[in-house]
Amino acid sequence: MMDLIIQGLILIGLLLSAGMIWYFRDLLSAAISFGVFSFLLSLEFLILQAPDVAIAEAAIGAGLTTAIFILAIRATEKDPEADAE
Amino acid sequence: MNMSNLVRTGAGLLMPFVLVFGFYIVIHGHLTPGGGFQGGAVIATAFVLLIVAHSRETIRERISLGFLKNTETLGLMLFIVTALIALAAGIAFFGNWLVNTGSLFGTPVAFGINPGDLNTGGVIPIMNIAVGLEVLGAMSVIILAMLSVVRGDA
Repeated sequence: MMDLIIQGLILIGLLLSAGMIWYFRDLLSAAISFGVFSFLLSLEFLILQAPDVAIAEAAIGAGLTTAIFILAIRATEKDPEADAE
Repeated sequence: MNMSNLVRTGAGLLMPFVLVFGFYIVIHGHLTPGGGFQGGAVIATAFVLLIVAHSRETIRERISLGFLKNTETLGLMLFIVTALIALAAGIAFFGNWLVNTGSLFGTPVAFGINPGDLNTGGVIPIMNIAVGLEVLGAMSVIILAMLSVVRGDA
């Protein structure tokens, strides 16, 4: 029963963070939200007894991919017209 | 562009712990979950943390692309040479020529449930270390290559 509650909470968190990625106008906030999504996904893998996949997901999803996004955001400039919307 | 002081200090504080965790996953690859790929990805995350937190000039001075490329080549060479030595020892390609010999990683595995001995497994820990070096080099090279096309003072 406890297991079910934790899994439900994590799934709700996954949906929320995925919605946040779509909702945020600020790209850095969206990238961090994607990191949170990956972290929750790796927790879910851990609960489903796949620690191998959980480590890979935490390192690559939450670490490397977020870093690549942040580097790309640093390399580009803000579009002033996008802010006006 | 420089990240704030908070980000740089946090990255510097976190990096040694991430490194130790990554090396633990690589070395214990044959006993616990994880292995060469996962451990190498965690170690690469430690380097990437520094690359994201500091400016491009600092990274150029401190981390050299050639060193990471050499690390990747060393990992691949170690992997294939370990596999080829098995041919020289008279067993099949990728055969486990170190297991149960009593030398490096050669202790026979104890029977029954036990906490696990690091000095077992034959060539499997060596290949885990090789894959760890290879993945660490490759992923850091990818991030450095992405950083090099960034224009301006990013």
